[in-house]
Amino acid sequence: MSIRIANIAKTYGRPGRGRTRALEPIDLDIHDGELIGLLGPSGSGKTTLLRIVAGLEQADSGTIHFAERDVTNVHVRDRRIGFVFQHYALFRHMSVYDNVAFGLNALPRRERPSSAEIRSRVMQLLEMVRLQAFAERFPAQLSGGQQQRVALARALALKPDVLLLDEPFGALDAKVRQELRRWLRHLHEELHFTSLFVTHDQEEALELSDRVVVMSDGRIEQVDTPDALYRQPANRFVFEFLGDVNRLEGDVRDETLTCGEARLAVPGMPDGRHELLLRPHEIHLSERDDARAHLPVSVSAVVPVGAEVRLELEADWLGEPWLASVGHETFERLDAKRGKRLFAHPVRLHRFDAERPQTLSPVCAS
Amino acid sequence: MIANAFAIGRQRRVLPGFGLSLGISLTFVSLILLLPLTSLVGQLSQLSWSQYWFLINDPRLLASYAVTLLGAGVAALFNAAFGLLMAWVLVRYDFPGKRLVDALMDLPFALPTAVAGVTLATLYSNNGWVGRLLEPLGISVAYTWVGIALAMAFTSIPFVVRTVQPVLEDLPAEVDEAAVTLGARDGHAFRRVILPHLWPALVTGTGLAFVRSLGEFGAVIFIAGGKPYETEITSLMIFVKLQEYDYAGASAVASIVLATSLILLLAINLWQGRFIKRLHGGRP
Amino acid sequence: MIRIGDAPAVRRVLIGTALVLTALFLLLPLVAIFAQALMSGLDVYWQNLSDQYTLAAIGLTLLVTLATVPINLVFGVFLAWLVTRFDFPGRRLLQTLIDIPFAVSPVVAGLVYLLLYGRNGWLGGWLDAHDIQIMFAWPGIVLATIFVTCPFVARELIPLMQAQGAREEEAAVTLGASGWTIFRRVTLPKIRHALFYGVILTNARAVGEFGAVSVVAGAIRGETNTLPLQVEQLYQDYNTVGAFTSASLLALLALLALLTLAAKAALEWRAARRENAS
Repeated sequence: MSIRIANIAKTYGRPGRGRTRALEPIDLDIHDGELIGLLGPSGSGKTTLLRIVAGLEQADSGTIHFAERDVTNVHVRDRRIGFVFQHYALFRHMSVYDNVAFGLNALPRRERPSSAEIRSRVMQLLEMVRLQAFAERFPAQLSGGQQQRVALARALALKPDVLLLDEPFGALDAKVRQELRRWLRHLHEELHFTSLFVTHDQEEALELSDRVVVMSDGRIEQVDTPDALYRQPANRFVFEFLGDVNRLEGDVRDETLTCGEARLAVPGMPDGRHELLLRPHEIHLSERDDARAHLPVSVSAVVPVGAEVRLELEADWLGEPWLASVGHETFERLDAKRGKRLFAHPVRLHRFDAERPQTLSPVCAS
Repeated sequence: MIANAFAIGRQRRVLPGFGLSLGISLTFVSLILLLPLTSLVGQLSQLSWSQYWFLINDPRLLASYAVTLLGAGVAALFNAAFGLLMAWVLVRYDFPGKRLVDALMDLPFALPTAVAGVTLATLYSNNGWVGRLLEPLGISVAYTWVGIALAMAFTSIPFVVRTVQPVLEDLPAEVDEAAVTLGARDGHAFRRVILPHLWPALVTGTGLAFVRSLGEFGAVIFIAGGKPYETEITSLMIFVKLQEYDYAGASAVASIVLATSLILLLAINLWQGRFIKRLHGGRP
Repeated sequence: MIRIGDAPAVRRVLIGTALVLTALFLLLPLVAIFAQALMSGLDVYWQNLSDQYTLAAIGLTLLVTLATVPINLVFGVFLAWLVTRFDFPGRRLLQTLIDIPFAVSPVVAGLVYLLLYGRNGWLGGWLDAHDIQIMFAWPGIVLATIFVTCPFVARELIPLMQAQGAREEEAAVTLGASGWTIFRRVTLPKIRHALFYGVILTNARAVGEFGAVSVVAGAIRGETNTLPLQVEQLYQDYNTVGAFTSASLLALLALLALLTLAAKAALEWRAARRENAS
C-alpha cells in the first residue's frame, strides 16, 4: 500500500513560550511495497514524522493517505498499521503467545477469528520469527533480539497495510543488529508490505532501505536510493552525515589550490577561497608527489579494521587530521608505520560552496 | 552469632559503621520491640490451652471478629476502587487544584485517628450534616457496621493511592501506545494491559489497607458506638478487657490480632515477591 | 500523544467522580472540624483553648513528640544504613521485625507495654520498689509512641537507599573520607527528601497517636492527657465544641504537614523541570 504524505507540519509547545518547530511542511511519497529508512540525527524530526504516520501524534496541518484512503483523522487503532517500538514495548505480564495474540483478541467479537484460528495464526507468526519453542515464555526470559522478533510478530498479527518501526535495532548489540537487519530485509521481500523505519545509523539505513529519507532540523534534505545518496549527495549536510569527511581549505588561483606548503591542481575552479571535501577512501597515498598534487603528510595512527586499514594523517597545513582508508596490500607496500612521510593524491573532491554540488576528479587513480 | 556477624562485617565490608549501626539497631529493636512482645508471650504462657481456647471463643468476641473482618473487608474493597481511581486521575490528567487534591490524599495519615473518629461520628450521627440527609432515606451509618467500614476506609485511603501512583507514573507511554496500535479499545487495553501492570501494587496497597483497618481503633470506636454483639470491634474488646483488669483475656485476644496481622503481612510480601520475579525473568 | 482514557468524555467523568468523592470523604470532614470548633464563636474558641487542661495536654503532646522524633530519626537512619549497606545473617529478619508496629493494632502495642511495665508486669515490681513510675505517666506514653512510630523513617529510607546502591559511598572511602564525612557529604544529600518525608510522618503520628497511648496513659486529666486523649474525653463529656477546639489544633498541625510536603513536592517539580529545560 502506498503512503502519501502531503504538507505535514508539527510544532511543539504553546504559543508564546518556547515553541519548537519539529517538522517543516513535509511532502513524501512512498510506493507500494517499498522499504524506506528515515535517517537523521536526533532532533531531526524523523521520529515525529513516523509517529504522525502511525497516528500516535497529531500533525498541525497536512494530510496522509494510505493508497486512496485519507487517514489524516483516522484514530491510530483504526489505521491498520503495525508499529514496532524502540524498546519493544512487550507486555511483560503476558507470555510470548499472548503478546502476539493480543491484537486478534482485541478485535470486536464480530470480526474476531475463532480461538482455533487465532491459535494457528499466532503459531504461524511465531514460526516465521523462529520462536515457536518460546510461546509460553515471558518477555523477561528472552534476549533483546528475541524480544524484538516477538514485537515484530505482534505487529504483523493483524496483517497491517503499513509497518512502522522506530529505531528497531537501536537497543541491540552490533552482531544481533546485523543479523536482524538481514532477516527483516528477507521478511520484507517475502511478505511485501510497505515499511517505514527510523534510524540514526547511516550504515543501517543504507543497507536496509530501498530509498533513504535524510532529515535534519525538521526538513527532508534528500530522498534517494542508497547508491545515489552516497554518490550524489544533494548538499553538504547529507554528505557529512553519510560518512567520515576530510576537509581541505585553501586559496585558488589559476586553477591551483594552495594551503601552506600544500598544492593541488583544481581544473575549472574559479579563483578565491574554497573548501573541498573528500571521503577517506577517496585518498590515494604514494611515496612521491607529482605535478598535480603536492600534499605531504605523515602517518600519526594506524587502525586495522576488517578488510582495510585506517590511517590518520597529519600535516602542518592541515587544521584537523585526515582519515584515509587503504587496502592491506597498499598498506604493506607503503610500509605506512607511524611517522612515515607520504604524499596524498585526492581521487575525488566534493565541493558544496557552489550553486550546485560539484565533484572533481583531479587525479586518475593509478 | 552476633560476634560472628561482626567478624564477617569487618572482613568483607568496605564501608564504615557496621558495628555501630548493628549495635544501635539491635539495642533498639530488643528494647522497644522484642522485650515488650515477649511480655505478651510470657503472659500467655501462664494459660493452659483450654483456658486460652475459652478466652478467644467467647460469643461476644466472635461477633467482634466478624464485624471487624466485615468492616475491614468493605473498607479495603472501597479503597481499592477509590485509590485506583485517584491514582489514575492524579497521574494521567491535569486539572485545576490537582496539587491540592494530591496533598489531601495524605490527610488520613496526618490527621490523628481520634480526630477523624469524632469528626466522622459527628458528621454521620442522626443530627450531623450528612446523617441528617441520610436519615429520611432510612440509611443509618453511625452505630452500624457501615459506620465502622466508613471510618476504616477513611484512615486507610493513602495506602492504595500511594502504592499505585508511582507504578502508574513509571509505566512507559509505549505500553499504552503498543496496545492502541494493536487496535485495542480503551476498556480492553485497560483491563488486559494497564491493570495487570498495576496489579501487584494494587493488591499490596489493598492488603495493607485491610491490615491497617483490622487494627484501627481511634477512628472507629466513636462512630461504632460499641454495642455488644453488633458494633464492637476486636481492638475495642482488648481495651474493654484492660479496663476490667482482665490482662489474661486481653492478651489472648491480642495474640489473635497480632498473629492475623503478621500472617497477612507475610502473605503480602511473599505474593509480591513471586509476582516481581516473573516480570524480571524468573519462572512463573 | 495517544494515551488510554484520554477521550474528553472519559476524562470528564473520571475527574468529576474523583473530585466529588474527595470532597465528600476528605474535604468535608476537614471543614467540619473547624466549623464545629467555631460553632459558638471565636470567644468560646479562645476560652476553650486557654483551658488549663487543654494547655497541659498541648504541653504533654509537645514533650512526647520532641522525645520521640529524634530517637526514631537516629534509629531509622542507623537501621537503614545497616540493612542497605551490609550483608549479614538475620538481615531480612531484622527488616521484618521493624514492620511489626506497622501491622499491629495500636491497642495491642499499648497492651504489651502495660504487661511489661505495669504494676503486675515483669518489671512492675522492681519499678514499684524503686518508686519509678512508667505506666500512667509520661515515660510510658513516650515509650508507646516510639514503638508505634519507629518504622516510619526506616521504611522511607530503606527502599531508596537500596535503589541508590553503595557505589558513591565506596568511592568516598577510596578517597579517604571518614564514616561521618561520608554520611554527611555523600549519603545525606541523596536521602534528604525521603528523610524529611519520614520525619513528617513520624511527627504526625507521634502527635496524634491515640490507641496505644490511651492504654498506657490512664487518662488523668491535666497530667497524662495528650491532645488526642483530651479530644476523646471532652467528646465523651458531650462538650462537642471543646472537643473540636482541641481537634482543630491537631487538624491544623496535620494541614501544616500536608502543605509542607506539597510545597516541597512543588519545588522539586519546578527544579526538575528547569533541569529538563536546560
